Amino acid sequence: MSLPTENGLRRKNRSNQIKELVIQGVLIASSFVAILTTIGIVASLVFEAFRFFDKIPLTEFLFSLEWSPQTAIRADQVGASGKFGVIPLLAGTLLISFIAMLVATPLGLLSAVYLAEFAKAKTRDVVKPLLELLAGIPTVVYGFFAALVVAPIIRATGSGVGFDISSESALAAGLVMGIMLVPFISSLSDDVINAVPQALRDASFGMGATHEETVTKVVIPAATPGIIGSLLLAISRAIGETMIVVMAAGLAANLTLNPFEAVTTMTVQIVTLLTGDQEFDSAKTLAAFAIALFLLILTLGLNIIALRIVDKYKKKYA
Amino acid sequence: MPDYILSTSNRMAKRHAREKRFKWYGRMAIFISIAFLVFMFSAIIFRGASAFQQTKIALDINFSEAIIDPSSSRDPELLKRANYKPIVLQSLSNVIPGITERRDRNRVYKLLSAGAVFDLGEQVAEEPNILGKSKKVWLLASSEVDLFMKGKIDPNISEDLRRLKDRDIKWIKILQSEGRIKKKFNTTLFSSGDSREPEMAGILGAAIGSFFSLLVCFLIAFPLGILTAVYLEEYAKKNFLTDFIEVNINNLAAVPSIVFGLLGLSIFLNFFNLPRSTPLVGGIVLSLMTLPTIIIASRSILRSIPQSIRDAALGLGASKTQTTFHHVVPLAMPGMLTGTILGMARALGETAPLLMIGMVAFIVDIPKGITDVATSLPVQIFLWADSPEKGFVERTSAAIIVLLAFLILMNLCAVYLRKRLERRW
Repeated sequence: MSLPTENGLRRKNRSNQIKELVIQGVLIASSFVAILTTIGIVASLVFEAFRFFDKIPLTEFLFSLEWSPQTAIRADQVGASGKFGVIPLLAGTLLISFIAMLVATPLGLLSAVYLAEFAKAKTRDVVKPLLELLAGIPTVVYGFFAALVVAPIIRATGSGVGFDISSESALAAGLVMGIMLVPFISSLSDDVINAVPQALRDASFGMGATHEETVTKVVIPAATPGIIGSLLLAISRAIGETMIVVMAAGLAANLTLNPFEAVTTMTVQIVTLLTGDQEFDSAKTLAAFAIALFLLILTLGLNIIALRIVDKYKKKYA
Repeated sequence: MPDYILSTSNRMAKRHAREKRFKWYGRMAIFISIAFLVFMFSAIIFRGASAFQQTKIALDINFSEAIIDPSSSRDPELLKRANYKPIVLQSLSNVIPGITERRDRNRVYKLLSAGAVFDLGEQVAEEPNILGKSKKVWLLASSEVDLFMKGKIDPNISEDLRRLKDRDIKWIKILQSEGRIKKKFNTTLFSSGDSREPEMAGILGAAIGSFFSLLVCFLIAFPLGILTAVYLEEYAKKNFLTDFIEVNINNLAAVPSIVFGLLGLSIFLNFFNLPRSTPLVGGIVLSLMTLPTIIIASRSILRSIPQSIRDAALGLGASKTQTTFHHVVPLAMPGMLTGTILGMARALGETAPLLMIGMVAFIVDIPKGITDVATSLPVQIFLWADSPEKGFVERTSAAIIVLLAFLILMNLCAVYLRKRLERRW
């Protein structure tokens, strides 16, 4: 066996260095995919939305109270341009999200507080995975359930007390979406409540407070910023949720606060505008991208605010 | 007893009662959420269980060569497309007496599914020596007959309100008395693609579409996710670029899924001209969606690997890359796989982005590759839920049961992997 020559060692060392560099290059390249995806999303939405605003002015999109995106078959037809006001869609989205949060907030927060503060370890081990199961169910299943089980029940109850409720109502979609959001709120709030330092609780107990008083007067106030953050994240999810509303909320763009009426949402309109065969350049299909851009700004904005609040809160007790 | 003690003990009792009440609110909240879960599952199982059975009608078919293959060519294509209607009608009128008029014959023929003759054709093409013989064959009944046999059509309501008329029910009763109509395990559901007729529709096409989409998704998201996580945890220096990548990943995790669909539509379909409605594009879109989940999960696993492992490897002269890929990554692999499986389970249930890239078409054929047009299981559920035919309600629920079964299976796999392979440091 001969000893490696100095030249040979240097060459091997050099090839090793090149190998390291290549591998690092591959790693950096793969982490750029995330950046590329973001750029792709923003670019495609902005690009198509600008083409839309070429045809329909931005002011009409933002301030018009009417949404009826039918395109004409012939150019000279009456009402050929359609109406593209996003307000009714936003109102429908917010109405459904509001109902959902009305259901999810008390259920989610109370279960989080109970699990974090009162429940025995054994109960927690059983209940937590069950709640997480709710989060793992595909939304198309919730949508089916909302449309086929919950909506008829609501309608039957309504007609029982002499109320006329449409078969597609904001209420059915909102209720079911609320249940879907429970695990989000409960698991996030659970983390937040657990992050409250034990010293605060001990101090409260030391002053003779009951456990309930400690929770409502010390732990929850201390955790409030984090809880607000988790609620904002849930709202952002509710606004971006698609399948439940597509299947249960309806298509009519009613500008209403009545939860028993059918309303439509931004996501529903994106789906209806883009499924089916149309030519790609009409104002109708481009409108979907404008709505999506609006939706993205809304959800990301909420998300960034929420994460800021949670971060600040975590630093406070870190 | 002095007054103040009484009053405090009274107040104590009130305070404790409040605590008790508060605890009950918590229990109620949990109870309501879980009750909803149970209600939803049982409603779906209740509706879907019957779809695993399908009504079939037994007829003694006389495979007459003169009608099926008059030229004696034995060509499988010809045998498949031969006219089986007169043969089936003959067998039906052998069983059910009094069918002479043309109108009656057409009506009684409707007891069978439109797919029944195709099944006969397939059977003859497979074994041509059956020609000229007679054999008892179980044929697919129509959806209305199927619903009646499952007790989902009330024969007591007015005849005008149902598509199954009293005469049809009389014929079904005759078949029943001869033991020629029975509910059997529904193989069609698991062995065929979509169909306009509920009794001929199956989920195999959608399931295979889902499988191909997930395959593409895995092949893209798993390596990319792991490499990104390794870069961010093991290599990246803390600088502007690293922060920017991190912010990007966190924000991508919060983007509504439908927006990913629009990305797929405008970039992959319109710009790169990839084939529409295919698992290829579906898988790419799903992979971009699951990427943040995989990265975040993998990073937390990498962070949990003790520094001493890296120090030991480096101390023995291993390079950075050797340390990372020979020691750190293998140790983190079970955890990363668990995170990936959970991400894939999410992707399996995803519907909205697939609607945007056209995987929502009516597709009968079973896809054979990632560039064939296809749909996916959740999209199939969405499509069936929209169908007006009553027979689709139970099939939709059955498809949901199958989808949930797959999801639970994947989650169990993840739990098993975590329990079995993950190390505690």
